[in-house]
Amino acid sequence: MTKSDGTATALPLLHAPKQRTVARRRGTALWFGCTCFLLIAVVVAGRLLEPAASVVDFSAQGQAPSWEHPFGTDWLGRDMLARTLAGLSISVLLGLVAATVSAFLALGLATASALGGRKVDAVVTWLVDLFIGIPHIVLLILISFALGKGFWGVVIGIALTHWPSLTRVLRAEILQCRESGFVAAAERLGVSPLMIAWRHLIPYLLPQFIVGLILLFPHAILHESAITFLGFGLPPEMPAIGVILSESMGYLSAGMWWLAVLPGCALVLVVMLFDGAGSSLRTMVDPARNQE
Amino acid sequence: MARFILQNIGKFILLMLAVSLGVFILISVSPIDYVQANVGQAAYINMSPEKRAELAAFWGHDQPLWERYGRWLGALFSGDLGTSLRFNRPVAEVIWERAGNSLLLMAIAWVISGVLGFALGVAAGAHQGRLLDRGVKAYCFILASVPTFWLGLVLLVVFSVTLRWFPLGFSVPIGVTSSEVTLADTLYHLALPALTLSLVGVANIALHTREKTIDALESEYARFARARGDSARSILIHHGLRNVALPALTLQFASIAEIFGGSVLVETVFSYPGLGQAAVTAGLGGDVALLAGISLVSAALVFGGNLIANILYGVVDPRMTKPGVLKGAGALELLGEQEARHDEV
Repeated sequence: MTKSDGTATALPLLHAPKQRTVARRRGTALWFGCTCFLLIAVVVAGRLLEPAASVVDFSAQGQAPSWEHPFGTDWLGRDMLARTLAGLSISVLLGLVAATVSAFLALGLATASALGGRKVDAVVTWLVDLFIGIPHIVLLILISFALGKGFWGVVIGIALTHWPSLTRVLRAEILQCRESGFVAAAERLGVSPLMIAWRHLIPYLLPQFIVGLILLFPHAILHESAITFLGFGLPPEMPAIGVILSESMGYLSAGMWWLAVLPGCALVLVVMLFDGAGSSLRTMVDPARNQE
Repeated sequence: MARFILQNIGKFILLMLAVSLGVFILISVSPIDYVQANVGQAAYINMSPEKRAELAAFWGHDQPLWERYGRWLGALFSGDLGTSLRFNRPVAEVIWERAGNSLLLMAIAWVISGVLGFALGVAAGAHQGRLLDRGVKAYCFILASVPTFWLGLVLLVVFSVTLRWFPLGFSVPIGVTSSEVTLADTLYHLALPALTLSLVGVANIALHTREKTIDALESEYARFARARGDSARSILIHHGLRNVALPALTLQFASIAEIFGGSVLVETVFSYPGLGQAAVTAGLGGDVALLAGISLVSAALVFGGNLIANILYGVVDPRMTKPGVLKGAGALELLGEQEARHDEV
């Protein structure tokens, strides 16, 4: 890779590594940008198509996918592509709110746990154990039940239950940073704790936090659709993916496969896009890996 | 070791108490009216406010939360979980009956996903960077994004609706008395739900095993074995598998929460009469006692799995039992850190 400096070119070149057309780092950035653009496009299209998602057309009931209706139509003649996009935009926005809340909860708890002394640490660790002690879906059902089901039940449920794994990661990161040589050196030099937090801890933690936040999205979206599918989440009049899929159950035996298969595929794609965005961002911000 | 186990059992009791309190509070603050859920919409509207208050008093619902919790917990210790509203039978009976179905489903999925995931993980790790490895990795990454219930729906469309190989749902054939149901019938109805759960469960264990296999094969003892002239096969069996098997088993025990969560969704898709479906019915129908009972049972299952994972890890990893080295850190913390790392790869 160091063949570009002046001395090396003077020597006869026996073997040169194949030149990449796009540098790895720039490629990753490009990929991240494209992913974000696609996701924003899905949200915008979904918001614009929301009125179209509930237009009933009895002359086009239960049609299989065609050029006119790429995702087919349902038993009320509603265009499934419009419904799917509208549902995805709801899922993405909801996931955005829930993942952000969860990530900040995780940040707060991890900071308290790592810096607040042994008692606080024990309490937070125990809370994490408690939250992962019940299957996630059962916990979501309970919270949704406690809030009387519906929209707020699912939003609050998802926001309140996704922090434990990120809390663990961030806690470990903070502890690692505190043990590190540069923090010890700063302490010996008499730098105030606030300054250490600002200069060392936050830059150390921020990439992990942002990546963790983005990687919470897929979970949030999957759980939102699952809980809605079970009937606890978003109300049936909203074209959410979970609603679309649970409605399709009654029509699958009639052979209307496109009602379930295509919206589900779209959901899987969106979740994978988020996963890809998070992973590519992680490769960029992680100094040990960003040249790979 | 004995102390380690006792500590874990103490932890288990404490966590179960906390879960019971949490569940009770969540259920109690629900705006869903207890009396209305019990007598039904029509009867509730025709009822005078005095009658409603009288009924609430009859069910003890006018007392403060703490007293109700105390009474419920007391009854719980004597084995009385209350009466299910939707099934009109004692909750313990409903749970017992349904747990059989669910446990069978989960056990089959647990074993298949464990064995298959382990095999795929070892195979991928042994052929790192090759086509097989890339295939397994792609499969795992795609599967991590696939909602369990949607996979169930797709399998239903393909195998039940289009190919007609498997039944559309339920655990037994329709129109057959329970005494006539054969084992073959049960397995036939179980096949698709179990397949769905297994396919989803494979991803985690396969990726974890792959990492571990690569680590083991890149280790110095594996290199020494190679230098000594051992075949790749012998190295894999004698140095790879031994180091990979127990962590994988531990992870599989720790993943019971996910399998239970998956079974809730899969049972709903396939109308399979298990605990998960009962939990959904209870939650949608305001059946407080049943919902609380199933939550407790699910928590106990998860804790049981975690406890086994912790003990297994204690057996494998001497650091766990050495006092003071990793104080308070259970196997799950260790695994959690490994997960976090392997997530990065």
